[in-house]
Amino acid sequence: MTKPGVDLTPYLRQEMMPTVWCPGCGHGIIARSIATALMELGLDMDLVAIVGGIGCSGRAPFYFDANSMHTTHGRALAYATGLKMVNPGLTVIVPMGDGDAAAIGGNHLIHAARRNIDITAIIFNNSIYGMTGGQGAPTSPVDSRSTTSPLGSIEPAFDMVELALAAGATYVARTTTFDFQEMPKLITGAIRHHGFSLVEVLSQCPTYYGRLNKLGEAPDMLLYERDRTKLLEAFGPAPEITREEMVGQMPIGLFRDAERPEYIDQYHGLVARAGGGK
Amino acid sequence: MARTTLGQEVLTGGEATAHAMRQIRPDVVPIYPITPQTPIIQTFSRFVADGRVDTVLLQVESEHSAMSAAVGAALAGARTMTATASQGLALMIEVLYIASGLRAPVVMAVGNRALSAPINIHGDHSDGMLARDSGAVQIFAQDAQEAYDLMVMAPRIAEHAAVLLPVLVGQDGFSVTHSAENVSLLRDEEVQDFVGPYEIPYPLLGDRPSSQGLFAMPDSYYELKVRQAQALEAAEQVFADVGRAFALRFGRHIGAVEAYRMDGAERAIVLIGSTAGTAKDAVDALRQRGEKVGLVVVRLYRPFPHQVLAEALGGVERVAVLDRAVSPGTYPPLYSDIRAGYAGPAELRSYVYGLGGRDTAPEDIERVYRDLLVPRTAGIRYLNLMGEDQHGES
Repeated sequence: MTKPGVDLTPYLRQEMMPTVWCPGCGHGIIARSIATALMELGLDMDLVAIVGGIGCSGRAPFYFDANSMHTTHGRALAYATGLKMVNPGLTVIVPMGDGDAAAIGGNHLIHAARRNIDITAIIFNNSIYGMTGGQGAPTSPVDSRSTTSPLGSIEPAFDMVELALAAGATYVARTTTFDFQEMPKLITGAIRHHGFSLVEVLSQCPTYYGRLNKLGEAPDMLLYERDRTKLLEAFGPAPEITREEMVGQMPIGLFRDAERPEYIDQYHGLVARAGGGK
Repeated sequence: MARTTLGQEVLTGGEATAHAMRQIRPDVVPIYPITPQTPIIQTFSRFVADGRVDTVLLQVESEHSAMSAAVGAALAGARTMTATASQGLALMIEVLYIASGLRAPVVMAVGNRALSAPINIHGDHSDGMLARDSGAVQIFAQDAQEAYDLMVMAPRIAEHAAVLLPVLVGQDGFSVTHSAENVSLLRDEEVQDFVGPYEIPYPLLGDRPSSQGLFAMPDSYYELKVRQAQALEAAEQVFADVGRAFALRFGRHIGAVEAYRMDGAERAIVLIGSTAGTAKDAVDALRQRGEKVGLVVVRLYRPFPHQVLAEALGGVERVAVLDRAVSPGTYPPLYSDIRAGYAGPAELRSYVYGLGGRDTAPEDIERVYRDLLVPRTAGIRYLNLMGEDQHGES
């Protein structure tokens, strides 16, 4: 955690404050954790690029004093891939919302993970589409209510960690906005990791998700995040957990931190072997 | 005449559209949220949840999926509707061309909004203009009442045997989608009776097995595309007939264009959408001062009603065509369309206004009418453009 009195303002655009996020929204906690990670890594902000999609999380790039790009819904990873390919020296971070990561942009997520390109994706998962007014998302749990599923969702939610692991991401973690001390460490590890990193943060949307699902105010929702999750370490060496068992004990922590050849390295290696790129 | 309306209710364009959908009772509605269309699907979702309409509501993972599901459902024999805006429509465009080519009569509400980049959520017609070569019927409403009425008319146009094409009913983002006005709703049973049952000639689930969209070689593709284009041309007469039937039954006439105070007009403005209300106020004020000005509002944009528009313009001397979209590298869409088909005596001038939700006030419209008094060279004039030469606008 950032110690009290630590000044994160050099990492943020003061002229963009206050943020667009609602009072009690968890996204500010995630943004702070990203800023903390950037500070701890001592990165030159001119060499950091933050590429966002659409929705509440899509506003995140506005708030960092880095290179930033606001792209289209779900496609930020594709833009970021182009950016990173021609300028591998940039640290590329992609904040993504539920829609960006799990719905419209799900395809880009799995392919970025499969290629293992050195980009850090951070999913701001608040289980709902906030910006457009609380519609159901592929991250909305079964039975949860949204303005487009007022009687409860009948679709199972995507488990973004399982998805990233299966697709080949080499650094995969999940945390919550309740775990604000752990979050910057996981994000620091993700940015430092050479390969595709994904950190899913379970965040709270008191305005829509909380209200529609009677979960109370933001502090109540933080406790809800605490109570529905369980540290990975508490499961023992090989957590075999069924989806039904996950209710109330969704594992959080670092699921994978592994080495596998990175895409851009592989690409340039291939060019070198073919005799080009002299 | 029997009383067929429920009286006036205060509704936004989005809510009024959702009511029209509820009363039409589509079989399938695939949805994906996007500002400023979301109130339409959200209100409609509530109607479904409350049991006020029995529709299969499909929450899908993108607009591309929504339109794909809509085409599948429509061809299977289901009356299908959806709604989108801006980037959502842009993403649907690939499938909109498929819908036209497969002759899937999907009806779609569009909350017209600017296109990225940079991102902007406010009203203009850039998204609609992206669809203008898709083969879909395109209609634009001026206000919430028209958004409702046109939505009620849309299935009959889309599903007409001579047409069988998707229909897009546009309403300006925020100024119509989110603005509450008095709207006169029809009775549910009147709407259902007006719309009638859904029938397409070869449903995939019908008695006759069929295949759709198979490879068309150079020996057949050309004919299919020309037939499709002819079907869109036929939609002009169908639109007029459905409009007449609507007027006979419900007392509100909605033509392909609206001529407002064009009698004896020497100067006219032609435009699309919600700025019509502003322009009517300006026309009234100028007419009060004895100026011979009028307004023509284009509702049916595809197929483009060249003849009806020429008749509406009559013997006017100078016409300002106001586009709320650009077509970089050439003249903007509405101006180009009018220019392509107009053989009358008037001098046509091109103006662009209101991109990305830039406000257009009655004074701006009055400035255009004043500008029409002055001889000008050809070129595009930009209303309310800050900090740049406005091309001699007075």
